[in-house]
Amino acid sequence: MTKEWSPRIVAFFCNWCTYTAADLAGVSRLKYAPNVRIIRLMCSGRVDPQFILDALARGADGVLIGGCHPGDCHYVEGNYKMLRRFTLLRRMLADLGIEPERVRLEWISAAEGEKVKRVINEMTEQIKALGPLGLPRKFAEWDREVIALARQVRDREAAAGPCPERPLTPEPQEAVHA
Amino acid sequence: MPKPKVAFYWCASCGGCEETVVDLAEDILGVVEKVDIVLWPVAMDFKYKDVAALDDGAIFATLLNGAIRTSEQEELAVLLRRKSRYLIAYGACAQLGGIPALANQFSREQVLQFNYEDAPSVVNPTRTRPQVHFEEAGRTPHLPEFRHVVRALDQVVDVDFYVPGCPPTPNLTRAAFEALLNGNLPPKGSVLAPDVALCEECTRKASKPTNVSFTEFKRPHQALWDSGQCFLAQGLVCMGPATRRGCGAACPQGNMPCTGCFGPTSRVRDQGAKMLSSLSANVAARDEEGIRRTLDGLPDPVGTFYRYGLAKSLLRRKVNLPAGSNGH
Repeated sequence: MTKEWSPRIVAFFCNWCTYTAADLAGVSRLKYAPNVRIIRLMCSGRVDPQFILDALARGADGVLIGGCHPGDCHYVEGNYKMLRRFTLLRRMLADLGIEPERVRLEWISAAEGEKVKRVINEMTEQIKALGPLGLPRKFAEWDREVIALARQVRDREAAAGPCPERPLTPEPQEAVHA
Repeated sequence: MPKPKVAFYWCASCGGCEETVVDLAEDILGVVEKVDIVLWPVAMDFKYKDVAALDDGAIFATLLNGAIRTSEQEELAVLLRRKSRYLIAYGACAQLGGIPALANQFSREQVLQFNYEDAPSVVNPTRTRPQVHFEEAGRTPHLPEFRHVVRALDQVVDVDFYVPGCPPTPNLTRAAFEALLNGNLPPKGSVLAPDVALCEECTRKASKPTNVSFTEFKRPHQALWDSGQCFLAQGLVCMGPATRRGCGAACPQGNMPCTGCFGPTSRVRDQGAKMLSSLSANVAARDEEGIRRTLDGLPDPVGTFYRYGLAKSLLRRKVNLPAGSNGH
């Protein structure tokens, strides 16, 4: 790594509250850490746990979810659904070796631009302290044992001499798992 | 015209998939008549070198069951891939990692330590462990290496089709053979089973509530279950909604909830996350404490939601386990 590492956080914000609050933070010219990539969804209830796992698997160091305060959901129930999913997902992530602090759920209303700033800054600091999660690098590391064998087989074949009808196994790729 | 060559091979598996092939009963005669079996370690005596001597692509189809855990399994997967026109991941372990992939929650060291030292039935005062190479009587035998990670077949080699199930049912197996032999094949990468959820063929479907609402989760051994009502309505985890159909809802018919062995449908990338999503969203409580209390009824989310699918899940394994340093 040439540059100093800095956390990458994927944020899923609901259209009605938290995204609007992030907008407010923007027009109020509040400064916060540039480490979040915000994705706007209609509701925190739209956040499929697959999105969170996929973000982590593709290199996010943390995932932040923002929704309306309890009782304020534009769709009545969405934020409760998120809270329930989040509760179990965090426990499961801990079982799979991911620190619970890497996934955070916050209720931020459209008026709380300040809170967007505070939460993002706080989370960036927390994840800085935890260090990178680096899953894509880990996946490649795990698969090195498979690639090493594929290379051995290839070298053995090469040593046995070329055979016109039987082309050599192609050079194994670095990442077996897409 | 020479008969098409077929190979059966097993890797990290229990033998149940082999049983299914035998369970074709009289139908197996029809299959055997039409094909020439070139490798089937569980039933017939062929040597690996016989396979190695074949031309590349000479085997019409290989049905490989079991997950990939050792270097030997990997080598055979690579060899059979090269020799076969169609490589089929047969059964949940080859397709998704299966039960063996639950070991992806533990390091290799933990697995070896338990099995060779700590398990109550083990007597091993010298703490001997299998070695990749060792000297005996002037010779150096080699043993396969035990990998850090359990893999599904397509995480090691390219796979043409998948036959799901733990084990696949005889019906699916027969249909797969028919499709192969008649050349009536779906696009490469397809799972050879219907692409809809299990609930569609479950006899209890009519009693599935529109809004499932969980106040507590129960486990199968804790009560006697109504044999006609949807398991979700009874507070049991049934993986049916997140699982592909094709088994004829065999487990629900035996009064046991689905555990998810057919894997997800093509629209779902991660079966466990999807099931977690659906179940927990339907908890009745709205307050943090109440939600936590209800969800505490699911003591082992990884083992419940990824019983067969951990290797192919988005995270693949417990992510903070070591992966380096080979040699036991």
